[in-house]
Amino acid sequence: MNADWLVPALLTIITAATPLVFAAVGEAVVEKAGVLNLGVEGMMIIGAIAAFATAVSTGSGVLAVVAGASAGLLLSLIFGVLTVYLQSNQVATGLALTIFGLGLSALIGHSYVGKTFPGLAKLSIPGLTSIPVIGPILFGQDGLVYLSVASVALVAWFLNRTRAGLLVLAVGENHDAAHSIGYSVTLIRMAAIAFGGAMAGIGGAYLSLAYTPLWVENMTAGRGWIALALVVFASWKPWRAFFGAYLFGGITIIQLYAQGMGVEVSAQFLSMLPYLATIAVLVIISRDKAKARLNAPACLGKNFHASG
Amino acid sequence: MLIRMEQRPEPSKSMVYASPLIAVVLTILTAMIMFAMLGVDPVRAIATFFIEPVSTLNGVAELCVKATPLVLIGIGLSFGFQANVWNIGAEGQLTIGALAGGGLALAFFDEEFALLLPAMLIAGVLGGMAWAAIPAYLKTRFNTNEILTSLMMTYVGLLVLSYLVHGPWRDPQGQNFPESRLFNDAALLPVLIEGTRLNAGWLIALLAVAAGWVLIARHIVGFQIKVIGMAPMAARFAGYREKRLIWLTLLISGGCAGLAGTIELSGAIGQIVPVISPGYGFTAIIVAFLGRLHPVGVLFAGLLMALTYLGGDSAQITMNLPNAVTGVFQGMLLFFLLASDVLIKYRFRFGAVRIVPEDGQ
Repeated sequence: MNADWLVPALLTIITAATPLVFAAVGEAVVEKAGVLNLGVEGMMIIGAIAAFATAVSTGSGVLAVVAGASAGLLLSLIFGVLTVYLQSNQVATGLALTIFGLGLSALIGHSYVGKTFPGLAKLSIPGLTSIPVIGPILFGQDGLVYLSVASVALVAWFLNRTRAGLLVLAVGENHDAAHSIGYSVTLIRMAAIAFGGAMAGIGGAYLSLAYTPLWVENMTAGRGWIALALVVFASWKPWRAFFGAYLFGGITIIQLYAQGMGVEVSAQFLSMLPYLATIAVLVIISRDKAKARLNAPACLGKNFHASG
Repeated sequence: MLIRMEQRPEPSKSMVYASPLIAVVLTILTAMIMFAMLGVDPVRAIATFFIEPVSTLNGVAELCVKATPLVLIGIGLSFGFQANVWNIGAEGQLTIGALAGGGLALAFFDEEFALLLPAMLIAGVLGGMAWAAIPAYLKTRFNTNEILTSLMMTYVGLLVLSYLVHGPWRDPQGQNFPESRLFNDAALLPVLIEGTRLNAGWLIALLAVAAGWVLIARHIVGFQIKVIGMAPMAARFAGYREKRLIWLTLLISGGCAGLAGTIELSGAIGQIVPVISPGYGFTAIIVAFLGRLHPVGVLFAGLLMALTYLGGDSAQITMNLPNAVTGVFQGMLLFFLLASDVLIKYRFRFGAVRIVPEDGQ
């Protein structure tokens, strides 16, 4: 068997999946706290441009990732203040965040079109990275790929094994009960929203630093929305979201390799695959109404006001 | 805490109308600060943005041309939003509607066919409806979230457009430009003011305002839409068929978007191009909210949003600012609107907490 195509294929899957992992796992925490933030796309794109601008002007990948995370976080705070403190409609506010993020990123990115960045440094351990097949996959990635896996593990551990994590779940399942026993629903929700914003920002940073190290307007191309769908697909479980993101990475690969293998289909139809797959996945997951409701956090999308 | 939010006994009617005005004022103030930070004279920038574009007859005509799709789509979306049906895929429905109408124009390119224009408009409505029917079917049959499915279908719709203008519908004499041939005169909407682009599409948008008002304020369906949005349980007890209303609101909004797309092609553009809309389908979401989900409000909001597009262009030409400023303006406006809407249900109280006897409840 000729395995020449295998390693590049797997590497492409990893690159395509990583931004989705960050965004989906971040959003899973936000939704577990009972908040539906539809602004993932906006936070990702703002993270992408902030990271790229920082990378171009400082040359530092680490600073760039920090900038991406901070930009996503700052944008998510607007959402937090509006929905948590000012009781605005979560769906409308999330949409506003996306529209605003896309506009602002285009404004900032205006002067960065055409600039380049060498991309994030990849790990290279003598002896290990050169092992055939598993070497480049396990020991040859950039730091963000490892961080994405670590963040999934951390979030899974945090939500299920720590007291603070259980508080997040409590706030998402029944905010009135959590409030009545003395926990601050607003603070916990703000923290979750900020975390989700930072994660979406890092996901965006990965796009402009590693996936395609350059700035293009609207470069997220709906990945924020796909991440939102992944959260539903994963029944709000971090490891399932991780698995889902890699599944989508796999679909991206069909897109890239089908043409190389001489399949006579227009590029546009292949590009539709991730979007159509998202719809298919949503149909499969939502079909069973009772089960879908059982998995969703009970207070998802509902605002909380103490005087209620 | 020194400032507290206190729930009003009843939502404030006056705030419903004051809130958009507050939002506009806050957006302009913030924009001026932003311009000052960018090193641009804020007063001049605002004048370039909001006054210069409409200082000529041609400018006013362009304003109406740009407002046409925004008003049409905004009215369609406002029905769904009142019933808590979130169609955010209007951009895709606009595209498919435009392709249905524009496809007809290309099919009858050589023939004199008097009814071509009405047929195109109907095809546009049907195209938009067909695209909106997908999320409607999936939601009513499989319980999928219409926000995500309608948005995914938007990306698919834009790719269909890209495929057609790069492939089968490309102008055979067009030297490989990704554009269709120019439409026949019979496929073009009549121009209302000679020398401008103002066309009969604007009249259709005004007609939609009237029709929308009748439907929401005077028709039983409008009443059912409002009840299902405000009190879903009550609607169920009253025996309203929720699935029917989901279908209806999605088909109305899809049809409006599709119509807007065809009007855009046969009125403003005159051929099928790779980018039909600069995001009208998304901006219309802001238009619907800013217009308080009411047809007359949507008309004014549509005009204001159209002005931000023109302002973005004129700021780019005369002040060399990137026209992405438009998107920032639009997003900011929606933020401020959502923030000031808090005043409808709540009021702010200053000073320490006092125990006030509850009236009622």
